[in-house]
Amino acid sequence: MKYLTADFGSTYTKLTAIDAHREEIVGTAAAFTTITTNVMNGFHEALKRLETAIGTFAYDKLLCCSSAAGGLRMVALGLVPELTAKAARTAASSAGAKVIRTFSFEISETEREAIEAIEPDLVLLCGGTDGGNREVIVSNARKLADAKGDFSIIVAGNKSADDEVTTILSASSKNFVITENVMPQFNQLNIEPAREEIKKLFIERIVQAKGLSGAQALAANEIIPTPLAVMNGCELLSKGTGDTEGIGDLMAIDIGGATTDVYSMSHGHPTLTNVQVKGLPEPYAKRSVEGDLGMRYSLRSLVETADLDKLAREIDFPVDEVQAWIDACRRTPHLLAVEGSREQAIEEALARSATRIATERHCGSWESVYTPFGQVFALTGKDLSEVAHVIGIGGVIANSPHPAHILEGVKSEGEKSPHAKPKQPGYLVDKRYIFASMGLLSQKDKELALKLLKREIVSL
Amino acid sequence: MSKGTVVIGVIGADVHAVGNKIIDFALREAGYNVINLGVMVSQEEYIQAAIETDADAILVSSLYGHGEIDCQGLRDKCNEAGLGDIILLVGGNLVVGKQNFEEVETRFLDMGFDHVSPPGTPIEGVFDYLEEAIAARKK
Ligand code: B12
Repeated sequence: MKYLTADFGSTYTKLTAIDAHREEIVGTAAAFTTITTNVMNGFHEALKRLETAIGTFAYDKLLCCSSAAGGLRMVALGLVPELTAKAARTAASSAGAKVIRTFSFEISETEREAIEAIEPDLVLLCGGTDGGNREVIVSNARKLADAKGDFSIIVAGNKSADDEVTTILSASSKNFVITENVMPQFNQLNIEPAREEIKKLFIERIVQAKGLSGAQALAANEIIPTPLAVMNGCELLSKGTGDTEGIGDLMAIDIGGATTDVYSMSHGHPTLTNVQVKGLPEPYAKRSVEGDLGMRYSLRSLVETADLDKLAREIDFPVDEVQAWIDACRRTPHLLAVEGSREQAIEEALARSATRIATERHCGSWESVYTPFGQVFALTGKDLSEVAHVIGIGGVIANSPHPAHILEGVKSEGEKSPHAKPKQPGYLVDKRYIFASMGLLSQKDKELALKLLKREIVSL
Repeated sequence: MSKGTVVIGVIGADVHAVGNKIIDFALREAGYNVINLGVMVSQEEYIQAAIETDADAILVSSLYGHGEIDCQGLRDKCNEAGLGDIILLVGGNLVVGKQNFEEVETRFLDMGFDHVSPPGTPIEGVFDYLEEAIAARKK
């Protein structure tokens, strides 16, 4: 059996050729994504490059994922920011969507306009536990019914409001579906049903509307969002298959031009004694996306958050020099730093900051209280302090001569730090960007995908 | 039908966990829908839970003697969050040492609590009050 996986990215279409009989990745190749004309043009170009390198590749099955044309753009609505709004965002992110913004409480007219301006593909509407608050989800359903734009709505809130929400949305021209509450009881997370609906709508809306039907016609799978494929790859490597063990708890970092994605595969149970667990539980397989941390399109906000002076001090460079490179990158997003140059050192410092800030947001946090009986901690979110593996995925990290230096941004800043970040992780890198491909392959052959992941994801 | 939704928890940095479990059990047995936040609960957590679950009452416990500081401003925050008519109860060992309860009660009532229990009151002691107050609120 020979598999070809295709990842239709926003810029590149990446192919990976796998020979199951030889248990090998025989080659990878990439070409520009051609979504505006015919997505298959880019695919054929990449295939030509692949075959130039490895000879004719007669594949039996084609498996595809896509984040082309902006990926699956979503907006999430909930009631309380730390509760159903967070549950909604968690559900959408872990389905591989790009959550552009999360709204909470009753939305205002201005916020409705903000949603219209985002032009989302999908809106996830949540709010209230089952039997809990219903006014807010009903009011927000009305606002969405009136909103301009051709987006679908997934309703996953208080079940007692389902009938009323159905009546409101049926009277509009919006396509909608009702599913189980993301938080049926207080602090109980139930994201699977909403994730399933997001996957279905991805196929209906994105694959058909965004020019991927040509690829779908040839594919042996239903096209899934690329981040979901990456997440499936991470989960497989962590948990293993029924027969073969995985490598256990891990985190993965993917720094792109526009976003920084962080994945964690871990229950994140507290590792300290005297800990009270607070807040919404989080899923074993968690993904977070930071839209303000990226190496090109989100460079300005990255530098703002990381602090320019601090960045310059870290590498002992004049502030002006750092600023000059940042300006150049913003003018020319395709700019690449020359190997071994001073610019590359700046790139690494930026990537390390993105890693640090994105993991701080992804990991849980501790708050400590002193009592006469010693310190007591309250933990919100996942305790990832004992995660043993941190993997850098593709791009900036894989191309850097010092990937471990960038990845060290995940590391905990010591006892006093409130962030439950890894204390002593080992670093690995996905040099050939195969996570998405292996996530796809796992749909057909889990054992092989796991074997290849273990071989390809190398320790630094 | 449940008699109403009650959010419970031990406020502040207080870790006395045993009474909280008993209250949880007793209220459920009595027919309430209980949202138990456990120990070390902040004012914000009570309010967030009450909003999502559309709660009728918040029942605050404080056992370690710092209740007065921990409870200040809870009613104001409820008002701010649109929970103006939520019933607020408090009990446990609210202050340090033996103080005149009437004075303590007045201070907590002034803070905006609807009902204040003296030390040693079992939870059953507020069942009648709770039932009436919730019925009155729902009218
Ligand atoms: C066990 C215990 C501890 C354990 C707690 C273990 C745990 N995780 O639960 C530990 C050792 C950690 C501890 C620590 C401290 N404790 Co202590 N502790 C006790 C002790 C001995 C028993 C508490 C208990 O479980 N009681 C049994 C349960 C069932 O009763 P309860 O908690 O009172 O709850 C019932 C009622 O109060 C009522 N109730 C509670 N809330 C509400 C609310 C409403 C509306 C109503 C109607 C009723 C109600 O219903 C509950 C169920 O029946 C008490 C003394 C005592 N005998 O009560 C001291 C006691 C509560 N602790 C006390 C103190 C001071 C402390 C410390 C500050 C340090 C110290 N000097 O001991 C620390 C504080 C730590 C912290 N940050 O919270 C004092 C409080 C003094 C005060 N408020 O005036 C007490 C009273 C001891 C004393 N006499 O000095 N403690």
